Amino acid sequence: MGQKITIDNVTRIEGHARVTIHLDDEGKVERSYLHIDQFRGFEKFSEGRMYFEMPVITPRICGICPVSHHLASAKACDRVAGVEPPRPAHLLRELLHMGQIIQSHSMHFFHLASPDLLLGFDADPAIRNVVGLIEVNPTLALKAVKLRKYGQEIIRRLSGRRIHMHWAVPGGVSVPLAVEDRDAILSEVDEMIGYIQEGIQICKGWLEQNQALVQAFANFPSNYLGMVKDGALELYEGPLRLVDKKGTLINEFDGHDYLNYIAEHVEDWSYLKFPYYKSLGWPEGVYRVAPLARLNVADRISTPLANAEFQEWKAISEGPVEPSLYYHYARLIEDLYAVERARELCEDPDILSEDVLNTHVQLTGEGVGVIEAPRGVLWHHYWTDEDGLITKANLIVATGNNNFAMNHSVELVAKAFVDGKNLTEGMLNRVEAAIRCYDPCLSCSTHALGEMPLIVEIRDPQGNLLREFRRD
Amino acid sequence: MGKVTLASDWLDVCSGCEMSLLDIDELIVELAKHVQLLSTPITDLKHPPESGVDIGILTGSVSNDHQEHVAKEMRQRCKILIALGDCAVTGGINTMRNFCDVEKVLERAYVEAESVEPGSAVPRSPEIAKLFPQVRAVDQVVKVDIYIPGCPPPAKAIWFAITELLAGRTPVLTDDLLTYD
Repeated sequence: MGQKITIDNVTRIEGHARVTIHLDDEGKVERSYLHIDQFRGFEKFSEGRMYFEMPVITPRICGICPVSHHLASAKACDRVAGVEPPRPAHLLRELLHMGQIIQSHSMHFFHLASPDLLLGFDADPAIRNVVGLIEVNPTLALKAVKLRKYGQEIIRRLSGRRIHMHWAVPGGVSVPLAVEDRDAILSEVDEMIGYIQEGIQICKGWLEQNQALVQAFANFPSNYLGMVKDGALELYEGPLRLVDKKGTLINEFDGHDYLNYIAEHVEDWSYLKFPYYKSLGWPEGVYRVAPLARLNVADRISTPLANAEFQEWKAISEGPVEPSLYYHYARLIEDLYAVERARELCEDPDILSEDVLNTHVQLTGEGVGVIEAPRGVLWHHYWTDEDGLITKANLIVATGNNNFAMNHSVELVAKAFVDGKNLTEGMLNRVEAAIRCYDPCLSCSTHALGEMPLIVEIRDPQGNLLREFRRD
Repeated sequence: MGKVTLASDWLDVCSGCEMSLLDIDELIVELAKHVQLLSTPITDLKHPPESGVDIGILTGSVSNDHQEHVAKEMRQRCKILIALGDCAVTGGINTMRNFCDVEKVLERAYVEAESVEPGSAVPRSPEIAKLFPQVRAVDQVVKVDIYIPGCPPPAKAIWFAITELLAGRTPVLTDDLLTYD
């Protein structure tokens, strides 16, 4: 009989995400699972609320990407209310979204992922964090803090708050942008571009120097789903493009019709559902989302500096780029795009317009909102009665789209690096890093923002503890 | 004198309180000079050491059995326990489900949701946490010493509370440092 290894975020009896690895008699990995532990029930307790409360309620799904929920919700509410926001409102919402992309992508690379790259997968866990980075490379750490702050400040200047804003409303936004805030955002663009380019150099250098690991590490073909606009990378509004493992177009469809295209599979061992492309069925229809997927579906990027990086990206591989560690590089290319796009938006003549709200509400009773959250496609779907009370709500959350990919990556890395008979801490560290590639915003579904300190237990089939490894 | 030790953990949260802590921006450098961060969601260490810490922070409500365990362990291992954010202080937005039967809440997401496969069932594996019928605030489970409300609490309120504690005073939040959302 085989054994079961549990990789716990030290909170096995406490919640959060957890990995179990099942071994055969030879100590080889047979199967692994990524268990997601948190469930809050927004779909149910939204029932009976007025639809226009949803953009205030749903950001509380996630404090890391509240803007994504705020905007997906506002877009769904536009349709419930039957109002099209004026052009300046769309520009302002997109600018808010760029602030979100900048703060989230920058925080992930610099605060969470770079310690692995700069200090090493095998570095002392006590220093392998942003505080360790402050001690080892204070200049870089300060730039990381400033980049995140820049994104957060765009959000605050527009909405009045950095987290959980009350700003976008059905039909537009509640407050226009002040000229001094526009100028303040513009004044720091070049400095931020420099910081991101520095990050890109660090990331590319690391990928080049570690090609053997990169190629052996959660490198697998898949379908990819992402938003485009005229074929270019798009994060705010556009059709969804699905390509296969060779990069061939499967379909480009209107995300508002998601129920015709996307279904969710449920497994008994996780609270996080598994979306897939319906007509291909489960599990053939699973796909990857978020930065790597978005760059794999796009033909180009609409801003010059990010597009130059995108050309280098395309040169990596003839078809889609498959190794999961390339997510980090893709994330920084998108970060660069977001800053360039923020500049474009701020330079648009309509950005200071006070025509930001359409109040001609004609309730339709149903609305879908779609947006590219930092971690992938996000759907909000509401139904209301004739008074605008929510009767039903359905949400497909960004990280969920990568649920299968994260599970598969864990399994690949476990099979490649974990030897049950000679288990080391370094092996487990790499399993952890496989999940981190996807920057799982598990607070949307669970909540493992940080690194996951580990307890690994090897138990016999009767559940008796044979060996234990700790890193806490 | 060594640095003041601090540990934090999250219960049923959205991570907004943790983000608000990071929103002290450059002051994080100052924080690292005076405070030793042990187990927190943004560092690798997770369990508060058995020998204890000076300050413990909990965010989020207590909504399942795993979270109750975390709350009790933190209380045992810290001298001063802070409930940070509306969910920890009052149960917050998560208590909206207290008006519904927990089984109905689960069925909506895993059985009735328009996008799930027909025939899907609520996940019940012993590998995942069990939801309590009612969501509770932290002080309905363990004793809390200091409350910092807000959804999330303003970064300056978190900074004020920590610096007051470092100065040996009990933080008293007033004016715009004291917010409920």
